[in-house]
Amino acid sequence: MSVTLKDTDSAGTSGAAAGGPVDAAVEPGRTLTRGRLVLRRFLRNRLALVGMVAIASLYAMAFLSPLFAPWDHQQQDYTAFLRPPGGNHWFGTTQIGEDVFAQTMRGLQKSLTIGLLVGVISTALASLVGATAGYFGGWVDRILMWLVDLLLVLPSFLIISIASPAFRGKSWLLFVVLLALFGWMITARIVRGMTMTLKEREFVKAARFMGQSPLRIILRHIVPNMASLLIIDATVNVGAAVLAETGLSYFGFGVQPPDVSLGTLIATGTRAAFTFPWMFLFAGGFLVLTVLSVNWVGDGLRDALDPTSTRARRREPRRRRAGATASAAPSAAPATTSSAKPSTTPSDRPQSTDGSAG
Amino acid sequence: MTAADTLLDPSPSDADGPVLAVSDLTVSFPSEAGRVRAVRGLSYEVRAGEVLGVVGESGSGKSVSSMAVMGLLPPTARVSGSIRFRGRELLGLSDVELSRVRGDRVAMVFQDPLSALTPVFPVGEQIAEAVLVHAGGRVSRSAAARRAVELLDLVGIPHAAERAKAFPHEFSGGMRQRVVIAMAIANDPDLIIADEPTTALDVTVQAQVLEVLKTAQEVTGAAIVLITHDLGVVAGFADRLMVMYAGRAVETGPVDEIYRRPRMPYTLGLLGALPRLDAEGKQPLVPIEGQPPSLVDLPPGCPFAPRCPMAVPECLTEEPALLAVPDVGSDAATTGTPHHAACVRVGEIARVDAAPEDVYEVEAEVPEPEVARVPRAERATVLDVRELVRHYPVTKGTVFRRRVGTVRAVDGITFDIREGETLGLVGESGCGKTTTLMEILGLAAPTGGSVAVLGKDVSTLDRRGRKAVRRDLQVVFQDPMASLDPRMPVGDILAEPMRVHGEDRQRIARRVPELLRLVGLRPEHADRYPAEFSGGQRQRIGIARALALEPRLVVLDEPVSALDVSVQAGVINLLDELKAKLGLAYLFVAHDLSVVRHIADRVAVMYLGRIVEIGAVDAVFETPGHPYTQALLSAIPIPDPEKERRRERIILAGDLPSPANPPSGCRFRTRCFLHATLTDEDRRRCVEVDPALERQGDRAGGAERDPGAGGADHEVACHFTTVRRVV
Repeated sequence: MSVTLKDTDSAGTSGAAAGGPVDAAVEPGRTLTRGRLVLRRFLRNRLALVGMVAIASLYAMAFLSPLFAPWDHQQQDYTAFLRPPGGNHWFGTTQIGEDVFAQTMRGLQKSLTIGLLVGVISTALASLVGATAGYFGGWVDRILMWLVDLLLVLPSFLIISIASPAFRGKSWLLFVVLLALFGWMITARIVRGMTMTLKEREFVKAARFMGQSPLRIILRHIVPNMASLLIIDATVNVGAAVLAETGLSYFGFGVQPPDVSLGTLIATGTRAAFTFPWMFLFAGGFLVLTVLSVNWVGDGLRDALDPTSTRARRREPRRRRAGATASAAPSAAPATTSSAKPSTTPSDRPQSTDGSAG
Repeated sequence: MTAADTLLDPSPSDADGPVLAVSDLTVSFPSEAGRVRAVRGLSYEVRAGEVLGVVGESGSGKSVSSMAVMGLLPPTARVSGSIRFRGRELLGLSDVELSRVRGDRVAMVFQDPLSALTPVFPVGEQIAEAVLVHAGGRVSRSAAARRAVELLDLVGIPHAAERAKAFPHEFSGGMRQRVVIAMAIANDPDLIIADEPTTALDVTVQAQVLEVLKTAQEVTGAAIVLITHDLGVVAGFADRLMVMYAGRAVETGPVDEIYRRPRMPYTLGLLGALPRLDAEGKQPLVPIEGQPPSLVDLPPGCPFAPRCPMAVPECLTEEPALLAVPDVGSDAATTGTPHHAACVRVGEIARVDAAPEDVYEVEAEVPEPEVARVPRAERATVLDVRELVRHYPVTKGTVFRRRVGTVRAVDGITFDIREGETLGLVGESGCGKTTTLMEILGLAAPTGGSVAVLGKDVSTLDRRGRKAVRRDLQVVFQDPMASLDPRMPVGDILAEPMRVHGEDRQRIARRVPELLRLVGLRPEHADRYPAEFSGGQRQRIGIARALALEPRLVVLDEPVSALDVSVQAGVINLLDELKAKLGLAYLFVAHDLSVVRHIADRVAVMYLGRIVEIGAVDAVFETPGHPYTQALLSAIPIPDPEKERRRERIILAGDLPSPANPPSGCRFRTRCFLHATLTDEDRRRCVEVDPALERQGDRAGGAERDPGAGGADHEVACHFTTVRRVV
C-alpha cells in the first residue's frame, strides 16, 4: 500500500499520523506484490531495458562465441596479417595474425567476469562491514570507520600497480580480490548510515527484545531491508570495476599476458588506432557499451526500487485518446551515466544527547 | 489584543452568501493499480463565522478535498466540479492567480507545524513576509515586522518581540502551531482551512491550540473548515459537521444533531467506536468490521455496504444520495440547518432512534479474567519497579567528551503490576514514559533503583537468565508499519520469537495458524507480506507475535494511537478479550486517556520523570487529586457537544520544562494553576519540598475496588491535594 499510493503525497501534508492525502487501504490479496511492482516500474524505463538486453547479450556472446567462432583467441592465422574486418576474420586480424573477434570476445569474457566478481564481492564486504559498524556503534564503529577512512585516502591505483609484480604469473583471481578490496568503502559508509536508521526501527527493536542475536538481526532484518541499495550498488560497482580493470590492464598492471582483457587489447591497439582502427575500435566499443548499459540498468533499478522517484511513475497520456489503451509513456529523460549512489553521505554520528522522549 | 483588534477588524461580510461553496467536486489521482478516485462528488458550503468540521478516517478524502480548494494538489491530480470562493470560481485559475487568493483571503493550517515553517528564517520574518507578499507594496517592511509581533502576541506567544527573532526549531510543537496560526490570520482571511491542526500535539497543548484557533476566528470573523479524525475535537468546536466516507459526504448537519441523533450507520459506528472519558464501568466498544474500500474501482452501491451491519440487497444496487433526514422529533427544523444522511434505511433508523449498540452487534460485556476475582494483594507480582532512575549524560565536544549536564528522563518511579492486571502509564511526550518502557524491556541494570520481572531482579541476570525472562516479557509497538519487517512473510514474523527460543519446527508450524486465528486473522494469511495488510490487521499481527511465546506480561507502547477510530475499537476489544482468555498482565503506555480509562485497571500519571498520581482507574479519573491529572483530564475532548460546551477546561500555561533542568521542589509548580493561588508561605513549600506520593484518604472513590489493601488504591504527590471533578 505504501508503495502503490505514495504517488500522491507530494501535495504538502506530511503523512505523520494520517498518511498521505490518499491512503486508501487496499484489500489484502488485491495489492501488487513488491516484486511485481518493481518489475513493472523497471520495464517502463526503456533505456534500462535496453541496457539489460545489452548486458545479457554481451554475456551470452562472450561465453558462447567459442562454440561458433571460426578462430580461437590463441590461434594465429599465418595467411592473414593486419587484415581488415571481413571474410572469416569478422573483426580483422592483428600483426601476428590473431583473430580480433576471438580476442575481443576472450577479453570481454575476462572483463565481465572480473567486473561481476568485484561488484558482488565489494558490495558484500561493504554491507557486512557497514552494517556491523552501524549496528554496534561505539568502538567497533570507530575502528571500522577508521579502516574505511584509511582505505579511502590510499591511492588504490598506485597500490595495485606497485603490488602487481607480486602477482605476476599468478591467478587473475588475486587481481579480483585486490580490486574488490579498494571498491567497498563508500558503500560501507552509506550502509552504516542506513543501518543506524534501521536500528531504531521498531521491528529491529522487536527482534532485539525477543532475544535474537546481533548477527542474526543483521543478516535477517537489516541487510534484506537494504536490498534495493545493495542491488543498485552492485550494479554500479560492476561498471566501475570493468573500468578499473581496463585502466590497470592498459598500463600492464592488471591481467597479464598471455591472458587478454579489454584493457590489454585496447593497450595494444592504441598505437595503431589511426592506421589499423579495427584492432582498437571493437575492444573500445564493447567497453563503452558494457559500462553504459550497466549504468542504465543501475539507474533503472534505482528508479524502480525507490518509491519516491518520479521517473518511473506511470505517466498520464497527454491527450485522451478514445479507445486507445493508454500505455505508459517511456521516460524520455537522458540517462545519467554517472554513479547512481546517493550523493549525500549520511551524518556521522547521532547527537550526543540520547533520546529521552516519552 | 487591543492593538491587534484595530488591525484585524473583521471585514464586513460583503455578501450574505457562503464564503466557500464547493459543488460536485471530484478529484482523482493516477496510481500503479489504476485511478484513485479520492473525492467523488462532494458538495458543501461554509458561511462567514461558521466552523465546519470535516470528519473521516484516513483515505476518506477529507484532506484531498481541502487541498483542492487551496489548489495544492499535484499536477497529476484531475479535478472537476466547482469551488466558488465568495462567488468566484477557483477551479481552473492559474497558479499565479490562485496565489493572490491563497494566504490572503484563504489561509491554511497544516498538521505538522515543523514542516510548515522554513527552518532557516526567524518566525517573525516569515510572518512579515506573509503580510508583505499580499500587501502589494502598501505596507513597509518595518510595519510588517511590527504586525508580525502583534500577531505573535495575539496567538499567545510570551515575549513576542524577542521570540519573533527566534527560529522555528527553538519553539516547541505547540508554539510552532501557534506561529502557523499567526501566519494564517496575518492577512485577515475570510476562510481558514485547518487540516488536523492538533493531531501531532499533546492533549494539553491541543487544548491550547484549539483555544488559539477560536481566538483567531473571533478576531478575524473567518469561516473555518476544521478537518480531523477526532470526533472529540470537533464536538466542542464546530457548528456544523460533515462526515466523509470513501470520498463522499455521508452525513451532514448541525453538530448537536449528529452527535445526538446520528442517522447513517457509519456515523453510528464511529461514535460507538470511540472510547469515552466519561464512560462508567466497562462497556465493550463498537468496532466497524472490515476496512475502507479501495478507491480504485468501487463496486456499485453504497461504499459502506460491505461493512454495514444493516446492509440490505438494495444497498448494493445504487449509491444512496445525501437526503434530508425525516423529521422525527428533531429540532433540525428550528435551527434552520437541515440534517442530511446518505442511507437507504435512514427512515428506519430515525423511527427507532437507534444507538450504536442497537445497530452493531456487541458482546454483552467485557469478560473479566479469572485471576481478577482474587484480591489484588494476593495475586503474584509480575513486574515490580522500585525507585527506577534513568539519567542520560549531556556531552559536548567530539574529541574530548565532557559532561555538561544530565537529562533526568526517569527520576525515581515506583509501581508494580500484578497478575491479570493492566496498568496504564500516561503523560505528555517527554515525560519519560518511553524511557521507562525501554528500561524495563532492556533488562539491563538501571542508573538507580531496581526492576524485577516475575520476581527476578534484572541487574542480577546473566545472559541465559535474561533470555529466559524475555520469554515472559513481550512487547507491542506503536507503529504497525514499522514494527513488522517488511521483507518477511507474516508466518516468518510470527515464528521468529519461537525460533529464537529454540522451539521445534512442528510446534512452530502448529502454533502459527493458531496465533493468527487467536487475533482474528485467517491462517492463509501466513504467507503474505506485512505491506498487504491494513494498519489494524498489522497491529493484530504485532499482537500475535507478542503472544507467540505465551508471555505473562505484555508491554504495549501506544498500541492503538496510529490506528483509525473504527479499527482502534477492534484492537482494544481484542486486547480486552486476550487478557481475559490468557490471564495476561499489560503495561499499557498511552497518551490517550480515554483509551486508558477503557482498558486499564490502574493508572499512573507521569510528569517529568516522576509519577505524580497512581491508583485504581476509577478513583483517579473520577476524583483526580493532582493538578496535573486534573488538567490532563480536562484537556481531553468528550464526543458530546453539550457536555463539551459546559465543561470547564484547565489550560496549562507553557510547555513541559526540560528534563535536563527540572524545577526545584515540586516539578509541576511552574505550570501549576493551584500553585498560583496559594499564599506565599504555601508556595515556598512547593518550591522547597519535593512532594512524595501519599495515599488518599477514604474520600477517594475507589475504596471498594480494593478492600484488601486497607484504604483506597490512590496515591497523589501534591502538598495541597484538592479533589476536583473534571470529567
